[in-house]
Amino acid sequence: MDDTLNISAIQHYAYCPRQFALIHVEQAWDDNRFTAEGLLLHRRVDGGEPEQRGHIRYERAVLLKSERLGLIGKMDLLEIDTSAGYRLIPVEYKRGRSKTQDWDRLQLCAQALCLEEMRHVDIEEGAIWYWETRRREEVRFHSSLRARTEAIIVNARNLIRNGTTPPPTEDRKRCKACSLYELCQPDALRQDHSAAYIRDLFKP
Amino acid sequence: MKKLLNTLYITRQETYLHKERETIVIKQKDEKLGQFPSLALGNILCFGRVSVSPFLMGYLSEKGIGLSFFTEYGRFLARVQGPESGNVLLRRSQYRWADDPDKSMLVARLMIAAKVANSRTVIQRDLRNHGNNPELKQAVDKLAASLRSVQQVKTADSLMGVEGDAANCYFSVLQQRLRKDHFQFNGRVRRPPTDSVNALLSFIYSMITQDCVAALQGVGLDPYVGFLHRDRPGRPGLALDLLEEFRAGWADRLVLSLLNRQQLKSKDFVTEASGAVRLTDDGRKTVLVAFQERKQEELIHPYLQEKIPIGLLPHCQAMLLARHIRGDIEYYPPWTLK
Ligand code: SF4
Repeated sequence: MDDTLNISAIQHYAYCPRQFALIHVEQAWDDNRFTAEGLLLHRRVDGGEPEQRGHIRYERAVLLKSERLGLIGKMDLLEIDTSAGYRLIPVEYKRGRSKTQDWDRLQLCAQALCLEEMRHVDIEEGAIWYWETRRREEVRFHSSLRARTEAIIVNARNLIRNGTTPPPTEDRKRCKACSLYELCQPDALRQDHSAAYIRDLFKP
Repeated sequence: MKKLLNTLYITRQETYLHKERETIVIKQKDEKLGQFPSLALGNILCFGRVSVSPFLMGYLSEKGIGLSFFTEYGRFLARVQGPESGNVLLRRSQYRWADDPDKSMLVARLMIAAKVANSRTVIQRDLRNHGNNPELKQAVDKLAASLRSVQQVKTADSLMGVEGDAANCYFSVLQQRLRKDHFQFNGRVRRPPTDSVNALLSFIYSMITQDCVAALQGVGLDPYVGFLHRDRPGRPGLALDLLEEFRAGWADRLVLSLLNRQQLKSKDFVTEASGAVRLTDDGRKTVLVAFQERKQEELIHPYLQEKIPIGLLPHCQAMLLARHIRGDIEYYPPWTLK
C-alpha cells in the first residue's frame, strides 16, 4: 500500500487530528523538548539482544507491519510468555504517566493488530510502562478499543489522501501540552479573523 | 512563538570556521578568534573571504542553522541548503497559486497594500516630529490615495504601476526625514548604489531578504517562487514579496535612525572609482550590530496579537502565508506597523 501509516500516527490523530495533519500531511515537524526526550528514551529501549528470564523471552524494538490496515511501525518490547501455552504481550514505554484518555492504549492496540496479522495469533492484552510513575498498566484489547483504533486509521488515511489540515482542537488544555503549539498557532487560527484584518488594512 | 536565535556575522577577512564537538570555532591562520556553542545560533552570515569546513556545513544544515555567504560589500552570493523539508503538498499549492493570476493577485495586492500603508504610517509619525511640513503632509495624502487604488486595481501590471508611484512618492520625501545634511538622497538607485543612503538601504534590504529566505524555507515554502516578483533565475521572488512589508517600517526606519543619530558618518562610506558607494568594514560592523539589536526589540504583532521580537517578523509572516495557502485563513494578513 502506498499510503502506509506509521503506528505513532495513531496516537497523534487520537490526540488531535490537526496535530496528526501537521506532522504527517504537512510534515512540519518541530523537534522540541518532547520529541528529543522521546528519542533518548527510545535509544535506551532499542538495541540489545533478546533475553530470557524464566518463562518469558523479551525481544526489543520489534518491527511491525499490517497489510490489511496499511500500518508499519515498531514495538518497544515484545514479551513471549510460554508459562501456559504461547502468549504474545506487546509492551510500550511512555515518558509521562497514565492518561485518562486512550491515546496510548489506541497505539498499543494498533501494535497488537499488526502482530496478530503477522503471527496469526489472537492477542488479548498488552502493557504500557510509564516512566514518570514507574507503573506498568495492563491493557485489554476489547472489541470497542479495536474498533476505535481501526476507525482512526481510516480517518487518518482520509486526511492524507485529501491533503487537508483540520482546524485546531476545541480542547485548549491539549494545546498547552502540545509539542507543535508554535507551529500550529491554535489561538490565532481557531477563529479566522483575516477578513476583518484586511478591511482595516485598507482603511487609512 | 518560536525563539529568536542569535545570528553570527563573520566580517573579519581570511577567517576559517570549523566544527569542534557541538561548537563552532573561528580561526585566522592558527589563532583561535572565538568559539560559540551551536545551541543558541540560528544563522551564520559570512562576508568576503571566509571559508567554512564541509563538515561544519553539513552539521549546520542538519541542525537547521542557516549559513550564507556575501561579498565583502554585502551582496548575497550563496546559501548552504541541507535536505529539503518535507512539505511537498504546501509547495505544490504555492506553485499552483503562482501560476494562477487571480490567486497571485489576492496575495500580492495585500502585500503591496501593507507596503503602502506602512510607508504612510512612518511618514505620518515623522510628521509629528517635524511640525507642519507641507511636503510630508502631501505625501501622506497621496499614499492614502495609492492605498485606495491598490484595493481597486484589476491586473498585476496596474498593481505594479500603483506600487511604483507610491514608492516614488515615498522616496521623494526621504531627504526631508533625514535630519542631518551630511547625506544627500535624490531617489532610489540600485546596482550599484551611488550614494551613502542608497548603499545603506541596499545593505539592510539584503540582510532582511536573507532572513525572509530562511523563514520561508523554515515553514516549507519555496522562497524562489513569488506572487508579485515573477520568476527570474536566482532571484528569491517570494522572499522579495515578503520584504515589501518590511521596507518602510523596519528597514528604512533603521537606516534613518542610524543616520539621524549619527551612528554612521561620512567616513563610514567609500566611493569607488566606478562611482559605486559602499560601507567600510567599520561601517558595516556598526550596521550589523544595530541591525541585530533592532531584531531583539519587541512589538505586538497586529494579527497574532502576541508580543514578538522584530527579528521573528519574517517567520510569523511566512507561517501566516503558509496557513493561508493551506486554507486555514481566508486572507493573508500582511504585517503592518501600528
Ligand atoms: S496546538 Fe492544539 S490544535 Fe494545534 S496541533 Fe496541538 S493540540 Fe492540535
